[in-house]
Amino acid sequence: MPMTTTTPSTTSAERFARLEQETMVVAGQPSKVFGGTFGIVREIFAHRQLLDLLIRRDLKSRYKDSALGFVWTLIRPITQLIIYYFVMGQILGAARSIPEFAIYIFSGLTIYGLFSEIIAGSTSSIVSNGGLIKKVYTPREIYPLASIGSALFNFAIQLLVLFAATLVTGSFPLHLDLLYFFPSVVLVLVYGTAFGLLLAALNVYLRDMQYLVEVLLMLAMWASPIVYSWNMVANGLSGTHGWLLQLYTDNPVTLAVLGFHRAFWTGGDASHYPDELLLRMGVASLVGLVLVYAFHRVFARLQGNFAQEL
Amino acid sequence: MDVTTSMSTTHDTTHLRDAATASSPTVVSIENVSKKFVIRKDNSLKERLVTLGRAGRRHSEAFWALKDVSLDIPAGSTIGLLGPNGSGKSTLLKAIGGIIEPTTGSIKRRGRLAALLELGAGFHPDLTGRENVFLNASILGLSQAETEEKFDDILTFSGIGDFIDTQVKFYSSGMYVRLAFAVAIHTDPDVLLVDEVLAVGDEAFQRKCLDKIREFQQQGRTIILVSHSLGQVQELCDRAVVLSKGEVKFEGSAADAVKNFRDILEGRRVAEAEAAAPEVEATPGHVTKTVVHAEGRAPGAEIQPGDTIVVRMEYSHTTPLEKWHSGFKIETNLGTQVYGTDSRMLGLDHAPLRGTAAVEYRLSDVQLGGGPYFVHSFFAQPNGAHIAIQRQAARFVMADDERASGVIRISASARPVAP
Repeated sequence: MPMTTTTPSTTSAERFARLEQETMVVAGQPSKVFGGTFGIVREIFAHRQLLDLLIRRDLKSRYKDSALGFVWTLIRPITQLIIYYFVMGQILGAARSIPEFAIYIFSGLTIYGLFSEIIAGSTSSIVSNGGLIKKVYTPREIYPLASIGSALFNFAIQLLVLFAATLVTGSFPLHLDLLYFFPSVVLVLVYGTAFGLLLAALNVYLRDMQYLVEVLLMLAMWASPIVYSWNMVANGLSGTHGWLLQLYTDNPVTLAVLGFHRAFWTGGDASHYPDELLLRMGVASLVGLVLVYAFHRVFARLQGNFAQEL
Repeated sequence: MDVTTSMSTTHDTTHLRDAATASSPTVVSIENVSKKFVIRKDNSLKERLVTLGRAGRRHSEAFWALKDVSLDIPAGSTIGLLGPNGSGKSTLLKAIGGIIEPTTGSIKRRGRLAALLELGAGFHPDLTGRENVFLNASILGLSQAETEEKFDDILTFSGIGDFIDTQVKFYSSGMYVRLAFAVAIHTDPDVLLVDEVLAVGDEAFQRKCLDKIREFQQQGRTIILVSHSLGQVQELCDRAVVLSKGEVKFEGSAADAVKNFRDILEGRRVAEAEAAAPEVEATPGHVTKTVVHAEGRAPGAEIQPGDTIVVRMEYSHTTPLEKWHSGFKIETNLGTQVYGTDSRMLGLDHAPLRGTAAVEYRLSDVQLGGGPYFVHSFFAQPNGAHIAIQRQAARFVMADDERASGVIRISASARPVAP
C-alpha cells in the first residue's frame, strides 16, 4: 500500500459485504437496540473516551488563559469558608456551640459544592454544547455526565485541601466513621445525576431553568446544616413539629452533609446526628435511583427535539 | 429488490464504479418521514404559563419541513439533494444523521456515518487545533489510538502546519473549516453527509476536497450531498432528489433532476418577477419584447448543438431617435457572460427610430454547453450609453452535453498512448 493513501483502502466489494452483515438501526436513537435506560449505560461505556475528552475539555477551557488556573477552584470555597467562619462563627457566635468550626464548615461546603456544581453544570450542559448536538449524533446523556465528571475533579482538589486542613488543626479523622464518605458521595452523585438530566433537558425548552436553579441552589445550601448544626434545628423543631424535622433530615443533601460531618469532623457527638443515619442514606439512595430512571425517561423523550430547539 | 434495478438504469458513465454496484445493499432507508416544526412565539416561563393550554396554541405555528418522504439509498451511490432554500434538504440530511428525530415515519441506516453539516461546529475556541482534532474525531466515532495513527494525515490534508498547537479561536475561517473537513474525511465513513461545505477554502483546497470525494466514490462509500451548485451535483452525483416545500418532487439521474430543479427555479423566478411591481422606468425608451428560439424548433424547445438561434427584439422610444444601436448579451444563470454583440460591432446602421422598431439577430452553429442561459437585451446611444436594458428578457435551454461539462462544446476524443 503506498504511503500516501490516507484511508484503509477497502474495496467497494469488501465494504458492501461488510455492510450487508450489519443490521439496520434507527437513525438517532441506537439506544433502542440495547433497550431503554439500561442500554444507554452500555452505550455511554462505549463512548467513554469521548466522555473523558469532554471532561478534559471542560477543565482545560475553564481556566485557559488565566494566570492562576486551577488555583481559582480553591479560592472560591476558601473565601466562603473565611466569610462563614468569621461572620457566622465568630461574630454571630455559632462557633461556641460547634467545636472545630472551620473543619465543620469546610467539610459541609465541600460536599455541598459537589452537588451544586453538578446541578449547575449539567443544567446548562446541553445548551452550551449546542454546536456538537446540532452536528452529529452521540448519546446526549454524555454532556450532563461530562459536567458531573468535571465537578468530581474539582471536588477531589477540595478534598485534598480538606485533608490538609484536618492535619493542620490536628484533628485528622482517623476513625471508622471516615467510611461515611462513600454513602455521602454516592447520594450526591445519584441525586445530582437525576436532577441534572431532568434540568438539562428542561433548560433546552425553557432557558429560565438555569436562573431558577441558581436560586434554588442558594436555598438548598441554607436548608442543610452547613453553617449551623443539625441539633440546633432538632431542638427548635422537636415535639409538636416532629414530622418537619424528619422532612428536614431526610433531604438527601442534608443526609450527605451529615455523612460528611461524620466522616471528617471529629468534634461531634451523637447529639449532632439523627439516629439511623446509614439507613436513611440507604433509603434515600434507592429513592434516588428510581428518580434517575424516571428523569432519564423524561430526558429520552425530550432529546429528540434538542437539535431544533437549540 | 427495486432499488438495485433503479440503480443500474441510472448508472452513470462518468464514474468508475465497480460491478458490485449492481448488488449493493441499502445503507439508508427512509420510510414516510415527516417532520413538523412548531414555531413558538412565547419563550419564557412567564409567557408559557400565561398562554398555557388552548390559548397557547394560538401562539405557536406548525410548519412541515418534510412531508411523507420515502427514499432508499444503496451503498456506493452518490446522491444529490436539490431544492430551493427552505425546501427541507438540510432537515432531511440531519434526520439521516440522527440529529433530528422525525415526527412520523422512520429512518434506518447502517455503517459508520460522518456528517459535514456545520463544519467546525464542535470545535471549542479555547482548545488548540490538536486537542480539537482528538475531540472531533472522538465525536465522529474514532478511538484515541485510531486518531493518533491518522493524525499526521489529517494535519497534512488540512495544511494547517505549525498552527496546529494554536488555539482555534485565532484561526482564520478557512483554516477552521479545512481542519474540520480534514478530520471528518479521515474517520473512514461508510456514509458521508455533506451540506454545502464544498465551497470553502481556496481553490487548491476545494480541488483536494473534490479529489477526496472521487476517491471515496471509488472505495464504494455512500455520499449524500446538499449543494446549490448544480454543476457540482451533475458532476459528482449519479442520482439526485429534488425537494420542494418538504416533498420529493423528482427522483432520478442527476442530469434529469437538475433539469427538473431548474424548471422549479424558473417558475419561482417568473412568479417573483410578476409579483414585483412592474417598474415603469421614467426613460423615454423601452425594450418592449425579446424572443429567442432555434430555427426549425418550437419556441421554448431545448436547443440542440449546431442550431441557429434567432434573437428578436422590439424597441420603442417616445421621441424620435436619429442614431441608435441595438444589442444583447447571453449569460449563464450565475451571471457569467458567455456571449454578447451589438449592431455597432456587427457594422449595422439602424434607420432613425420613430416610435417602434424591431431587430433580428441570427447566431448560427451554436455550440454552447448544456443548461439554461439568459438573454439581456438593450439599446444604446451612438456613444455606447444605454437607453434601456431589459435584464433576463428571455431564457433558453441548451441540451445537455453527454460527453462533457462546461459552457462550450468542443468535439473531443481520447485514446491511450505509450507513456
